[in-house]
Amino acid sequence: MKPFEQHIGVCADIPINNVDTDQIIPSREMNRVSKQGLGEGLFAGWRYLYEGTEKVGENSEFVLNKPAFANTSILLSAQNFGCGSSREHAVWALRDFGIRVIIAESFGRIFKNNCARNGILAIPLAPESIRHLREQTQHDPQTCLLSVDLAQLTITTPDGNPLSFDMPTFDREMLLKGLDYIDYTLQFESDIESFIKEDSNSRPWAHL
Amino acid sequence: MQKRVSTTLFDKIWDSHVVKSLPDGSALVYLDRVFLHERTGSVALESLKAADHAVKNPRHAFATMDHIVDTLPGRGDKTLMPGGENYIRTMRRASNEANLTLFDIHHQDHGIAHLISAEQAITLPGLVVACPDSHTCTLGALGAIGWGIGTSDCEHALATQTLRGTKPKQMRVCFEGDLPPGVTAKDMILHLIAKYTASGAAGHAVEFAGSTIEHLPLEARFTLCNMAVEFSAFTGIIAPDQVVFDYLQNRNYAPKGELWEKAEAHWRELKSDSDAVFDREIVIKSEAIAPTITWGTSPQHAIPVDGKVPALNEAVDENERAAMKVALDYMGLNPGQPIEGLPIQGAFIGSCTNSRLSDLRAAASILNNHRVAPGVRAICTPGSAQVKRAAEQEGLDQIFLEAGFEWREPGCSLCFFAGGESFGIEERVITSTNRNFRGRQGRKTRSHLASPAAVAASAIAGEIVDVRKVNGR
Repeated sequence: MKPFEQHIGVCADIPINNVDTDQIIPSREMNRVSKQGLGEGLFAGWRYLYEGTEKVGENSEFVLNKPAFANTSILLSAQNFGCGSSREHAVWALRDFGIRVIIAESFGRIFKNNCARNGILAIPLAPESIRHLREQTQHDPQTCLLSVDLAQLTITTPDGNPLSFDMPTFDREMLLKGLDYIDYTLQFESDIESFIKEDSNSRPWAHL
Repeated sequence: MQKRVSTTLFDKIWDSHVVKSLPDGSALVYLDRVFLHERTGSVALESLKAADHAVKNPRHAFATMDHIVDTLPGRGDKTLMPGGENYIRTMRRASNEANLTLFDIHHQDHGIAHLISAEQAITLPGLVVACPDSHTCTLGALGAIGWGIGTSDCEHALATQTLRGTKPKQMRVCFEGDLPPGVTAKDMILHLIAKYTASGAAGHAVEFAGSTIEHLPLEARFTLCNMAVEFSAFTGIIAPDQVVFDYLQNRNYAPKGELWEKAEAHWRELKSDSDAVFDREIVIKSEAIAPTITWGTSPQHAIPVDGKVPALNEAVDENERAAMKVALDYMGLNPGQPIEGLPIQGAFIGSCTNSRLSDLRAAASILNNHRVAPGVRAICTPGSAQVKRAAEQEGLDQIFLEAGFEWREPGCSLCFFAGGESFGIEERVITSTNRNFRGRQGRKTRSHLASPAAVAASAIAGEIVDVRKVNGR
């Protein structure tokens, strides 16, 4: 995984609650056994125009299709972003599209973990902080960029004021160093082995 | 003498699975079982192989085909979904290479992951079971921790037989008293989510308890725990009791003989201490629950079937108002309009929520000697091959078929895009599934979540009906 340190980018707003992973990538767009190339399916139901079920062009009304939001790499949203299906394809699609940071009031649990495993920052912030970020950026998104610093745990708005945010220590370390979760855990392999040995004695029925 | 610390059911299971506590407050938690399906599991196995990691314990890893596979009679590897066949064939090859037990399409015990995990007694009380599927919480009905994860965490689970996690906070939801006639577990969970919102249990594991739960049949408990994720819970769980033990005994992977005796004695201790403290407690009077149905595009958009679509000024804040507006527009509804009497074009019974034998019986008892209304496409997909066989032995398939329902092969089916099928644009569908998200059952399809009985009754009427009025017919 690529280390994440600092990111500066254009920020787009999707200000509704409960944006589920079926919206982020509909089932019909998950058409390959791969983590790559899913960006085309991102927000497909909102991003494209359809005749019947056929895509016939881009929906110019959707925020990410507006010229003012070209090269968006940061999303703002509301409560429970990424709820619903566990499909990591949602995060792979966001990553493939170029999204590096998502700021919302809260996140679906599995979605938030999936973000951390794929180098995307999912940052929970209070509604008033999100409102502030919105006011600071959305009138002129190509000029009013947000700067997100993972080492410092700050988001800096165009007015120069940094907002601080929280990130679990472990996820932060892994993201900053770009470490692999499995390799990290395998250093505890002897602990796992001795747990299994003891557990097979105390709960033999649980071991096949 | 040191005072014993009171613990919850969730604490007991979680704490006994901690391999190592880590400095940041998280823990490495041992997984008893890992279950895969072809949509997310295929990618996990391929990615694991590419990274040169082996599956640590293939005997504890299982797989099925439910998400991509077709449910039409006579199905094979091919699906209407573009690229679907690749998922199925990759899953089969990768499972075989890794020596996983695969319940393949034509296996006699094939079915939806969370159904067969119970039917085979792969999940037992007190186990921690991970699956790259958000509805893994279904298995909490057996008194296990069902842990829904993503694909990357699934790779971690397969490679290390553990997950790294922080113990969630805990909530107890007590349902007390008798359920009124016509009210089911589906109505209980929709009622709960409507009242406390779709993020109401965020950060919490939820134990369902109370006198209603004690009297609830096991299949209904699966329905209740299944939708804990729609409440944003880490998982849902119910203390295992005699109902659970009777269900599991003699099933395929259940312990046998002396080992069973030992296990059962252990399982009887799996309950929250009487003085255990929860971070949050909710009490619901079951007698106040009505048959419930969703009007919008989140499971929290649910109302009693004899109620009215809410007005926008009932929203708690501007983001919720925005979501309600989008939902009303998508669903083709107006604030304040009754939900009963809305004409429907589709009816679906199936999914890990409501596709078990008791669900099919409830629907069949209403369908018997009736026909689905003209213009309604009605589909029943039993959740597993075992459910399908049992239903056919009772002649339920004939009741469904004579009523004009399609009778399908097991799988996730029209809960979403499984097999590449959808309902039509702006079609209104009443469905026994778990998610009414925009586009979930088809582009612009308008999904209303309800119990299997409500689906059957509405299919006959050709419009959304109150199942209580039909029962007395």
